[in-house]
Order: sequence, then C-alpha cells, then structure tokens
Amino acid sequence: MTELNQLIQNQGLALLGPQWWPLVWTLVWTLIKIILLITPVMILVSYYTLAERKVIGYMQVRYGPNRAGFWGILQPFADAIKLFCKETLIPQGAKRAVFFLAPALTLVPALLMWAVIPFSPELILADINVGILYVLAISSIGVYGVLMSGWSSNSRFAFLGSMRSAGQMISYEVSLGFTLIPVILLSGSLSLKDIVNAQQDMWNIIPLLPMFVIYFISGVAETNRSPFDLPEAEAELVAGYFTDYSAMSFGLFFLGEYANMILVCFLGSLMFLGGWLPPIGLLSFIPGIVWLAIKAGFLMFVFLWIRATFPRYRYDQLMRLGWKIFLPISLTWVFLTAVGLHLFGKV
Amino acid sequence: MSVGVKGWVWTFGLRELAAGLAVTLRYFFKPNITVQYPEERTPLSPRFRGEHALRRDENGAERCVACKLCEAVCPAQAIFIAIDPNSTAEKRLTSVYDIDNAKCIYCGYCQEACPVDAIVLGPNFEFFAETRDGLVSNKQRLLGNYERWKDKIDANLAADARYR
Repeated sequence: MTELNQLIQNQGLALLGPQWWPLVWTLVWTLIKIILLITPVMILVSYYTLAERKVIGYMQVRYGPNRAGFWGILQPFADAIKLFCKETLIPQGAKRAVFFLAPALTLVPALLMWAVIPFSPELILADINVGILYVLAISSIGVYGVLMSGWSSNSRFAFLGSMRSAGQMISYEVSLGFTLIPVILLSGSLSLKDIVNAQQDMWNIIPLLPMFVIYFISGVAETNRSPFDLPEAEAELVAGYFTDYSAMSFGLFFLGEYANMILVCFLGSLMFLGGWLPPIGLLSFIPGIVWLAIKAGFLMFVFLWIRATFPRYRYDQLMRLGWKIFLPISLTWVFLTAVGLHLFGKV
Repeated sequence: MSVGVKGWVWTFGLRELAAGLAVTLRYFFKPNITVQYPEERTPLSPRFRGEHALRRDENGAERCVACKLCEAVCPAQAIFIAIDPNSTAEKRLTSVYDIDNAKCIYCGYCQEACPVDAIVLGPNFEFFAETRDGLVSNKQRLLGNYERWKDKIDANLAADARYR
C-alpha cells in the first residue's frame, strides 16, 4: 500500500509538477473517499426499501416482494431501472428550475450528513470537532427542498403537503436538538468521535433513557415517517409534497427520505447506544463497525416496526406532542443533566 | 397508587404503544397465509361459475335445442342465438350461439334455465382477450371449452346434482 502510494505520488509529480499535483491529488483522493462512502450508503438505502416492504409484509402475514430474484433480492434494482426508464413529467405552470432543484436539495443534505458519521474510531470521512452541530445544521437545509417542491409544483396537494411537512420538520427539530444537548453535556464535546469514546463506561441511554425515546420519536417525525407521515397522508393529499414528481425526480425524494432515516438511526446509536463500543468488554473481539451496524440495524427495524403498527396522527395532535410534551420534557432533562453534573462535580 | 398516578405512569411509559408493538411483533413470526397464485391455488367449489361451455351428449351430439330460454333469462343480454334453418321437429339446432364475455355477469341463470343441461359455467377463470371481439365466445369456442374441461364439468355437475 505504501509503495503504491509512493508510486502514484512520484508519477503524479513527474506528470503535473509540484505546483499542480498536490491540489489535484487532494481533489482526487477526496473524491475517491466520497465515492467509497456514498456507494455503500446508497446500496443500504435501496436495500432498506426492500427491508421495509419485507418487514411490513411479514407483520401483515404476507410475503412482500419475492419475485425479482431469490427472496426478492433484486427488487431494488428493478425499482431503480423502472424509475430511470420512466419519463419525468413537468406539470403545467411549474417553476422548472425550482422544480428540478428541489429533489436535489432533499437528497444532497441527506448525503452530506454522512461525512461526519464515524463508523469506527478510524473510519470517518471528516473528523471535525463540531460534528453534531454540523449534522443539525445540514438537516435543517432539508426543509428547503420540501418547501421548494411544494411551491414549484403548482398543485394544492403538493403545497399543503409541503406546508405541513415544513411545520412538522421545524417543530421536531427543536426537540431533536434539545435531546442531544444532555449527551453533549455528558461527554463535554461536540465531536461524534469523542461522544462515543465518552460512553466507554456507561452508554448514554442509561442516564438519558427518556431523551433517547424522545430522540427516536422526534427522529421518526423529522423524517416524515409513519405515524407522523402527514405530509404524504395519501387519503387527503395524494402523496404530499412530491405528488407531481415522477420518475427519478421522485426517486431522489425517496432516496433522500430513506437516507435520512438511516442517518437518524446511526446518529441515535452513536449518541445513545455507544456507537462502535461493545455492550460488555468481553465481546470487544468483534470489530466496532459490526456493533454499530447491529445497533443501527435494530433502530432501523424499529422504524419499520412502528410503521407497521401505529395509525397516523392528526396534525393538531402532532403539534401538541411536539411543542407541549416533548419540548418541556427535553428542556427539563437538559436542566436536570446540567444540575446533576454540577452536583457530582464533573464540570 | 391512585388511578391518576397509575394512568400517568402508563402514559409516559408508553404502555399502550408497547402493547401495540408486541402484537405486530407476534404476527411477524407467524407463518404467512399468502397463496402464491400461479404456483399454488385455492380450492374451487363445484358450484364455481367460470367460463361457459356447451355440453354434448354421450353420443357426441350437441345438447342444445335452441329453445332460447337462456337468451331470455340472461339479465345482461349477453347471449345471442340463431336457429339453424335446417332444423326439424325432431332435431332443433343452433346455427349461432354467441356469449359476450364482456357483458356476462356470471350469474349462472342460463345454466339454471337450460332444460337440457347444455350451457354450463365451467371451472375455468383464466381467460382473456386483447380485443373486444376476442371477448365474444362463439359456438366453436363454447363446444371446445366443454372438450377441454369435460372431466371437471361433469364431476362438478355430478357433485351438485343431488341439491337440484
């Protein structure tokens, strides 16, 4: 590996000279790292859609997709090919530029957030020291995609859906943010790596169990998933903000939504479930990334489990839950954590 | 513990949600009840009313005597019959016997009305056409249906005979 690296460096220097080569090399190397991160994420996203249909199918005592390949294993590819082959329709009166920008603005933030997720102590694309702040900041951008899609489609279903969705995402982002503050207080760092390392003795879920529950429910609401999938309440709004999207422009919304779901699960396991740390020291021979995958996989299963179980909330109930229950509880817990830390002399 | 406190604890302990999740998890591990249709089939009743067939008697002659009772009773007016001009008093025959499957509602009245058990509704439900004309079954096709489903139709008629 070192020799190969040396060879590439020497050849590159000879080819482009010392002025340009370092710049080019930085760009290329970053691009390779991005591709190495995005490809597994996209595969995970596409197989998460299959897992969703399978899990919900089995919970409804049926099979789910099982025709494309053994056990439906090729279904995501069939879906992708279908979406790529279809025509992208543009509604009359739609604002074209905004209409096409919106799906990209939903997907791109969902993928951007993966940059700071540490999969193991070494495996992290950008180890920045304000990782959690970065995630919260980028996740807020997702609202713009929703708003723009609703406004630019020139359809009342899409518009209503996007209004609801924006309101919901903003409301739940507040409690989502507040549930993460006790974690930051406990670990004394904004870096995701340090937060996980601070859980060496005790996972954050033990002192912060109510926060974890609120985090997870807010995460479900934040990603517009059932039972909080009001933006796409099909009985009233057809499909909510992406009613007028077809083919791959719809596919981008879809990918963005699922990438967000998976990210919420990974973030939850990093913040509360000890990330790559094994539950007991004895099991530390299993690599950290496997532990992280098990924890995030369980949370992802719970996402689907919840969807198969609960009926949809009404909009006023949703707002009441967010502002009148989750916000006070999480604020109280922030206060209690701070007081506890002060009393027991950790700060 | 008073009811109020208990209710409060249950609400914030998400007790009802956990109960709901337990139900779906139980069903998750139950065996699936789906019938994988083209490979597996559900059983059909002997009284099942599928595609029509015109029966022949044991000598191979057409049973139909062109009485037009089925045409008269058909609520959807899906049947059209013309009498063969060469018919005699002993042997009446049809020259045209058309059933429009697009109109037919598979009520089985034609089978009930038939005095000679000629027109019957068979067990076949897997037929299709790509044009409207293709949905009209002529006499050849109806007689052919009987040839094709003979055993099944006769067995079904025999099974149901004592209730008639």
